[in-house]
Amino acid sequence: MAKPHELWSAMSDVPGYRPIPEGAMPTHPFPDYRSNPVRVPRRPLVPIPHTLSEVTGPVYGHEAVRTAEADLTTQHAGAPLGERIIVWGRVIDEDERAVPNTLLEIWQANAAGRYIHQLDQHPAPLDPNFTGAGRAVSDSQGNYRFVTIRPGAYPWKNHDNAWRPAHIHISLFGPSFVTRLVTQMYFPGDPLLPLDPIYNSVPDPRARERLVASFDLEATVPEWALGYRFDIVLRGRRATPMEA
Amino acid sequence: MAGLTPSQTVGPFFHYALTDDHTVSELASPQTRGQRITLRGRVLDGEGRAVPDAMIEIWQADAEGRYDHPDDHQDRPRDPTFHGFGRCASDERGCYTFRTIKPGPVAGPGNTLQAPHILVNLFARGLLKQLVTRVYFAHEPLNDSDPVLGLVEDDGRRATLIANAEGDGSYVFDIHLGGASETVFFET
Ligand SMILES: [Fe+3]
Repeated sequence: MAKPHELWSAMSDVPGYRPIPEGAMPTHPFPDYRSNPVRVPRRPLVPIPHTLSEVTGPVYGHEAVRTAEADLTTQHAGAPLGERIIVWGRVIDEDERAVPNTLLEIWQANAAGRYIHQLDQHPAPLDPNFTGAGRAVSDSQGNYRFVTIRPGAYPWKNHDNAWRPAHIHISLFGPSFVTRLVTQMYFPGDPLLPLDPIYNSVPDPRARERLVASFDLEATVPEWALGYRFDIVLRGRRATPMEA
Repeated sequence: MAGLTPSQTVGPFFHYALTDDHTVSELASPQTRGQRITLRGRVLDGEGRAVPDAMIEIWQADAEGRYDHPDDHQDRPRDPTFHGFGRCASDERGCYTFRTIKPGPVAGPGNTLQAPHILVNLFARGLLKQLVTRVYFAHEPLNDSDPVLGLVEDDGRRATLIANAEGDGSYVFDIHLGGASETVFFET
């Protein structure tokens, strides 16, 4: 049977995570992104300590992810149109330690810049052989790998003649509630990057550049697919338990 | 040291990848211990309009206050039928619903005890980084000494973190992204 609550509490002093460095994450409000200002709080965020609730998080259930889910080019009867690519990288923390066994979920437009989502009204063709969603779990070294096609740029109505640079949406969990990250991977040399408010919402230009994958000749498979490397860095832990 | 990967918006088109096939809005199985509750509410923007394209994720302890996580070393039994993670998308009226159990109290910093609470990560088009809040439950004696609730000084603002019971076993927790009743959001 459970013990009285008073006896339980001393077990909670596990190390929290380091604060987010200045400029490394988008801050709000960010009016260049038109739908942002009415959707963000106007009052300051209240800083809280990392309790047991924040240093834990969903780390189960990845057993159900099948290897085939990491290949977005073999989900249908035929091959999707577009340029086949390999996207791989390591999930690590700020101390460069591998983040193993974490779930990555990706979604993207097809080669023509169209999402299969019912609300996407861009008049570009759907591809019957491409859904654009995949999942993978990082291995014991933190490595992950997807096979997909290079997504097209697409227009959005944020401002006059606005186009999103080609990107792959990536969602991952990491070891705790506070390591949860939803981000986007971009492609090197994309001329739309300097014009994109979402990319440019990250204040620190060096942090912004970490959203851009690098071309990887070693990961490129001859006669088959270009390789891109995209390492993902999650928050790292403090050395000692945080004071209350 | 490696630099962090920045957050970017979840955008409007996440449903088919994240929530359609991988919705976890029923957290409890028939064997799960604890008081069954429905946690529901609406997500509203700063002008009071429904947010029809939000993704709400919750994280909570089991009825004994244990998390399904290797770093929870609290000396009490864990309910193996309960994992504590939920995820769903808001509908066209901004509504979300989870069926779960009320969590038990969880150890807090030092020798404190946290009142029963559920963590929320909220993602949406327009948000460049998720917003974090907590759901507490009305009339819980531990609310008065909760170490996180106590950081919110204004009574009116603290009330935005309390879910109120409806007769049918529901707790209602509306999330106001802005406006006069803006929900308290946390920096973690
Ligand atoms: Fe997109």
